[in-house]
Amino acid sequence: MVPAVSAGKETSVTQLHLAVALDGAGWHPAAWRTPQARPRDLLTAGYWSGLLAEAERGLLDFATIDDSLTIQSADPFAPDERTDQVRGRLDAVGIAARVAPVTEYIGVVPVVTTTHTEPFHTAKNIATLDYVSTGRAGVQIRTGGFGGEAALFGRRELPDLNLRLLNTPEIQQFVAERFDEAADYVEVVRRLWDSWQDDAEIRDVTTGRFIDRDRLHRINFEGRWFSVRGPSITPRPPQGQPLVTALGHATVPYRLAARQADVLFVTPLDTAGAIRIRDEVLREVAAAGRDGQLKIFADLLVHLDTDKARPDKARPDKAATSDHVSDARILAGSVTTIADHIEELHQLGYDGVRLRPGVLPDDLTAITGLLVPELQRRGLFRTRYTSSTLRGHLGLDRPTSRYQPV
Amino acid sequence: MSKPRKQIILGHYLGGVNHSTVWSDPDAGSQIDFATFRHAAQAAERGKFDFFFLAEGLALRERQGEIFDQDVIGRPDAITVLTALAAVTEHLGLIATVNATFNEPYELARQLATLDHLSGGRAGWNIVTSSDAFTGGNFRRGGFLDRADRYTRAEEFLAAARQLWDSWADDDIVADKESGQFLRRPDAGSFAFSGRQFDISGRFTVPRSPQGQPVILQAGVSSEGREFAAGGGPDAIFSPYHTLAEAQAFYRDIRQRSGVPGRPKVLPGASFVLGDTEADAIERHREITYAQISGRGAQVLLETVWNRDLSAFDPDGPLPDVDPDTEAPPFIQGRARIHQNAPETVAQWREIAEANKYTLRELAIHVFGRTEFVGTPTQVADRLDAFVQSDGSDGFIIGSHLTPAGIDEFVDRVVPLLQERGSLRTEYEGTTLRDNLGLPALTGQVTPARV
Ligand SMILES: Cc1cc2nc3c(=O)[nH]c(=O)nc-3n(C[C@H](O)[C@H](O)[C@H](O)COP(=O)(O)O)c2cc1C
Repeated sequence: MVPAVSAGKETSVTQLHLAVALDGAGWHPAAWRTPQARPRDLLTAGYWSGLLAEAERGLLDFATIDDSLTIQSADPFAPDERTDQVRGRLDAVGIAARVAPVTEYIGVVPVVTTTHTEPFHTAKNIATLDYVSTGRAGVQIRTGGFGGEAALFGRRELPDLNLRLLNTPEIQQFVAERFDEAADYVEVVRRLWDSWQDDAEIRDVTTGRFIDRDRLHRINFEGRWFSVRGPSITPRPPQGQPLVTALGHATVPYRLAARQADVLFVTPLDTAGAIRIRDEVLREVAAAGRDGQLKIFADLLVHLDTDKARPDKARPDKAATSDHVSDARILAGSVTTIADHIEELHQLGYDGVRLRPGVLPDDLTAITGLLVPELQRRGLFRTRYTSSTLRGHLGLDRPTSRYQPV
Repeated sequence: MSKPRKQIILGHYLGGVNHSTVWSDPDAGSQIDFATFRHAAQAAERGKFDFFFLAEGLALRERQGEIFDQDVIGRPDAITVLTALAAVTEHLGLIATVNATFNEPYELARQLATLDHLSGGRAGWNIVTSSDAFTGGNFRRGGFLDRADRYTRAEEFLAAARQLWDSWADDDIVADKESGQFLRRPDAGSFAFSGRQFDISGRFTVPRSPQGQPVILQAGVSSEGREFAAGGGPDAIFSPYHTLAEAQAFYRDIRQRSGVPGRPKVLPGASFVLGDTEADAIERHREITYAQISGRGAQVLLETVWNRDLSAFDPDGPLPDVDPDTEAPPFIQGRARIHQNAPETVAQWREIAEANKYTLRELAIHVFGRTEFVGTPTQVADRLDAFVQSDGSDGFIIGSHLTPAGIDEFVDRVVPLLQERGSLRTEYEGTTLRDNLGLPALTGQVTPARV
């Protein structure tokens, strides 16, 4: 990717990509108390189908569906005892699979934790998601290990972590290893997706063969944390390689994404940060020899003003402000203000923006109903879908299997 | 006094990896596209079936170290595809076969509880216990489980999963916008389970699902398997017994072991071939079976028991005159083993072949190619009904040789006859899989322990 730093909006040739990150009632801790919120429906199919249909109305590239193996907590390192915030959630791959048949274009990208789960299962689950969505699946890889996560599985001893210890060498090494493990994990998942060539199924009645076994491949991965033989039990998914994404806040995850991902979500807090992060990521991408192959998205947590008459204090971002902390930049303002920020990121060379709606459904409907039209008016965003696969939305080719003989 | 008429439980099973799916049929569809699964599930729902069912195998089968290429292979993850099917069906139960060896309770309990939520209470889990090192090669933990431990793990797995499903009470989510209280208690979802296989604790993320717990099936018929099935865990057992006498004996045995009336339900797999006349059906059946089991296919099927290369033996000649190899490592890998005692099985087969003057291929067809219900729609309906009413089973998990449309003619021609007899519902009565199966609801019963 060449950063389009000097490009003004008139000369901007590439369009921006827009994604939305869905989580519970929205990213504000008090979102569930807003008038339109449906806090009793968070575990229903209807709730999620409605959100995805709305995001698709806005022509968004994809929606990520957040997840964690541990219960939500205000403390990033341990479960808390709070009863005033949303607790409890569904498995994100399940949500993505349930909404896939009732949508047509939008990409579905669930979060999957790599630290305790089996890469073999993840490969077939996401491949299956790609089949049930006919080519719209992705995955957001998340490394785990904290907050009592290991005890849920009882298979690994992992250190206790808290903020005070975060910078000790042991914990730094632990974190680095989890990302190395995640890199191996993605490598295995990608090899398994390629382990059936596209032309493996032959249905040759003359020889009585359903498949050509020479077109199925063992992946024979041997690593420090696991070995996986393959091939997958699931044929190559419609996209060949479903989209691999990751969220990163520091060099170590940037490096993982530079090596293995298609999309990286980053969290610049201001313009200087946006430039610094962009440059650092691009250096990692170059070092990995993957120039132009990683799309960089900036995450923004947004509260859109839609009703000028509404008093500020009724807005959840103003209420309970002390709770409203985020790794991503929080933007509250008019459609124009937020569109300006997005345009600036685009001019800085960001391929896209992932919006985290502060409140659902209000901020999502404001994104699709107001922000998207504004971005379209500025010539920054598509006015219709021109592809039916997620890779297609992002302008990515369908790769041939690495095992396909040339 | 005559017994009340039993309602036949019907599941539809879409063949994933097996020799009975005739892929060479010009009407055979994709084994993997979602359209295939949607067609089959919607047909089953049109026929007022209780559930749709998918099997599992976590490594591609191999023969002598090479991937086996004659049968249909390639399948989706069962839970993921069933969750998608929840979007295009309304009443049909959705049962996934999932191995207890190569999964972890926390993760699987989450996935199944999610399926239950997103289907409005239609989830089921068929527990299988294959634990071979061959399959283990695809997993982090590898093939680590001694065969003798497979049910210990399955039993503990189920107990742990049940604790997870019960870790939230029905009313733990208050979500009162006015007062700002979301949770009724601060530790909702807390659990701690400790056993020989699992030592886990924490807070489960998925609040209690519509059924409370998914319906549990079990497949495996050794005496350990029977004890497990009858021990109050599983709600139903997937049985391989098809002849009425064998099936009745199994049914009696399971019910005796359980001691609980009506539990667990016994459901054999079954297939059918229909014809306008009986002669038509028999002729069609012959054609289908020969398409299912080729000469080479017959050799391979017998190799699963002989455990040695039989390719040199003429499929149209007599049974191989060699003994099964009980010492060698598995010649065929990745196939669920149902015949455990090879010499005994071979001896029985020799008797059958002798008595019927069967060739190698004919014997393979007799053993592996049997279609249980062949006849006119009326004959098939009569036999299915009689099988259930005489306690051969509580119903069937029905598959067809043709993916995915083979089930259509069963739905169109046999189902109405079963409904006329009063043995199959004409409308769904409830909303959950438990409702379909006539199992009591579990909701409202749980009081999670404080940990
Ligand atoms: C009717 C039936 C269906 C089965 N289906 C599967 C399956 O889909 N996947 C699998 O891994 N094992 C399957 N099995 C294998 C069993 O889970 C079990 O491993 C095997 O039968 C050995 O256990 P046992 O000694 O109790 O019979 C099946 C077994 C039976 C009897």
